Amino acid sequence: MSRIGVFVCHCGENIAGTVDCAEVARASGELPGVVVSMDYKYMCSDPGQGLIKQAIKEKRLTGVVVAACSPRMHEPTFRRACAEAGLNPFLCEMANLREHCSWVHEKGETTTQKAIDLVRVIVEKVKRNQPLYPIKVPVTKTALVLGGGVAGIQAALDIANAGHKVVLVEREPSIGGHMAQLSETFPTLDCSQCILTPRMVEAAQHPNITLYTYSELESLEGFIGNFKARIRKKARSVDEKLCNGCGVCTQKCPTRKIPSEFNAALGMRTAIYVPFPQAVPNKPVIDREHCTFFTKGKCRICEKFCQAKAIRFDQQDEIIEIPVGAVVAATGYDIKHTDFFPEYGYGKYKDVIDGLQFERLASASGPTLGAMKRPSDGKEPETVVFIACAGSRDPAKGIEYCSKICCMYTAKHAMLYKHKVHHGKAYVFYMDIRAGGKMYEEFVRRAIEEDGVNYVRGRVSRIYEEDGKLVVKGADTLLGARPIEIKADMVVLATAVVASPGAEHLAQKIKVGYDRYCFLSESHPKLRPVETNTAGIMVAGACQAPKDIPESVAQASAAAAKVCGLFAQDELSREPVVAVVNRCAPPVYSTCVGCFLCEQACPYQAIEREEIKTRDGRLIKTVAKVNAGVCQGCGTCVALCRSKSIDLQGFTNEQVYAELLAL
Amino acid sequence: MAEFEPKIIAFVCNWCTYAGADLTGTSRIKYATNVRAIRLPCTGRIDFMLILKAFAQGADGVIVSGCHPGDCHYTAGNYHARRRWILFRKLLDYVGIDVRRITFSWVSAAEGAKWADLVNSVTEEIRKLGPFEEYRKLLPLGQEPVEVM
Repeated sequence: MSRIGVFVCHCGENIAGTVDCAEVARASGELPGVVVSMDYKYMCSDPGQGLIKQAIKEKRLTGVVVAACSPRMHEPTFRRACAEAGLNPFLCEMANLREHCSWVHEKGETTTQKAIDLVRVIVEKVKRNQPLYPIKVPVTKTALVLGGGVAGIQAALDIANAGHKVVLVEREPSIGGHMAQLSETFPTLDCSQCILTPRMVEAAQHPNITLYTYSELESLEGFIGNFKARIRKKARSVDEKLCNGCGVCTQKCPTRKIPSEFNAALGMRTAIYVPFPQAVPNKPVIDREHCTFFTKGKCRICEKFCQAKAIRFDQQDEIIEIPVGAVVAATGYDIKHTDFFPEYGYGKYKDVIDGLQFERLASASGPTLGAMKRPSDGKEPETVVFIACAGSRDPAKGIEYCSKICCMYTAKHAMLYKHKVHHGKAYVFYMDIRAGGKMYEEFVRRAIEEDGVNYVRGRVSRIYEEDGKLVVKGADTLLGARPIEIKADMVVLATAVVASPGAEHLAQKIKVGYDRYCFLSESHPKLRPVETNTAGIMVAGACQAPKDIPESVAQASAAAAKVCGLFAQDELSREPVVAVVNRCAPPVYSTCVGCFLCEQACPYQAIEREEIKTRDGRLIKTVAKVNAGVCQGCGTCVALCRSKSIDLQGFTNEQVYAELLAL
Repeated sequence: MAEFEPKIIAFVCNWCTYAGADLTGTSRIKYATNVRAIRLPCTGRIDFMLILKAFAQGADGVIVSGCHPGDCHYTAGNYHARRRWILFRKLLDYVGIDVRRITFSWVSAAEGAKWADLVNSVTEEIRKLGPFEEYRKLLPLGQEPVEVM
């Protein structure tokens, strides 16, 4: 016989303001099976929890219903209180009188009646709750970091320095990401490569870090603490162990006209190439799409000149399987390219470039060795127009968000240009200047006041070519939308930051949510900013939203801290809300008929096949079995099961039907 | 006679719609008192027998709501629910339930106002349709319907 206790919380005035709590407690007390029912001002307070604990002991309760706020708020609190009083925590449930009743309805009889209904439903459910015990799962103390940009490197180093193994996977031939492409960083004008490359080397040489470059995640299976990652190590066509990075092959390669990804297509590279001189690892890759041997079947010049005999034309992609306990997704971002903008010439004007291209122009390691030369004819541009918010904050372009970094890097670009071309004119078209951050506003003021950059508030409607100049037509909205026309030699678009190509595909692979712009979703925007809704998977850097270097690094360290917290335990315990397939005495063994619809429906591959055999090994039947470590408890299998043989603990058919019948 | 107050049962998923309804509360948006939500982990858990049972139990309307397609906490549970719903719709005519009595919707954890709108519009719709009495008429002669509290 059930002995249920009902505890109605006033939540100060939050519930009691519209619901007659005393009446709810009185009516609940009359429900069959309820042996104690009371109301109290704050159930979650120490004395409130004390009331519950006392009642559990004195009245020998078999179930507790706390009628208070949302279970998403305080269920853990009250379950812990029950456990402290010796009651299995899963025999405690909450009726949501606050978010679902008192806060959304006016004071009155119907509101109190609804509150009573809500309690009755949960009382009926609790009568059928079974004691459950947390499931223990072991933890593999190796972390997988996806993406070798600054966020990935930081996360990998932090985890590795804490003494755990890290597998760092980067899809490009070198780690470094976009930060390696940058010339200087705002607001200090530090050289980007100078601060990044030591970190890259540190990551590559760290005894706890295994680096896989030119590799991609093929699949991720499993669950927190127990993932199995399959990594595709793409064929480099070079034996990394033999190659000593002398670079002769790249000098001899006859295919030299391939736009360099690293130089944002402003420079050329060969078919066998190292993306940039400071690449880590400093080992070349053969780009099979462009290599003459792979396209035409003959050449092999690199092989002839390689003294280390490291060229391997027959190398195949390799699949590496690694068990990991946690994953940090740090796959970064991309920017919209100039061909996205019809009004600015769809990318057909060579001297209309994007921000990353300007970074390469300004960089000492860039195609012009840092000299300000425009792409079309190599002349020094006398007038440069910078356009902020190119694409960003523009619903018409489908990008409604602010790309966050452009205000700052545009100020930096204008400044760098002025430092190199003292007599040049720099104009910045902007919508608003968003320079929130330590020393950021001061940096923008410096560009305007010390370096004499002309800031024009307004948008550019069109760019067209006339007499060898780029005519930039816009309006100055601070001067009454006065039309303004600038004849420029070069235009730099601060194009929108967008998700990295393939981000959506990756999110689906690792089963992490993503928004409509394909940025990965954090679990909670304020309180769980680095975890995702898939336990054991964290996000870091610009794959979650546009952000600058310090923020990416901070988030990466936070993600690493979360991983280390997870790895501090030898065993994880998780909620036992999982599906179970019934078992019963012979000759039935289980009502499962072995149709395995559940196996097809399960998004987690948690359904296994179990063979029931006689003592002499003869097969009686094959039935489904749930791997409790893998099951996440969605219950899709339960709804599908034809023979009602599979049920979800905590939300069993019996419980849910009882709830319904109580309504 | 007092105005007919419909009884509406909502089957909602824990991660999106239940959280969305929590947000409605946190935002203090008022809505009709007619709805009673039953929390399930996922819309994929909703066996459509539950919906039939709800009608048999005296519900005048049913709401099924979960995460938007693509946002399921369990990756694909809402797709299962949607596919099942497409089949189930066809069955409704056969079992004598007006399809307008069931509303299938997506309410995310961020759409508190949408939940309030959904409840209000469904309540109004069901109020127009009147009480669902078809099943009561089917009871064997002499048997009284179970008194619904």
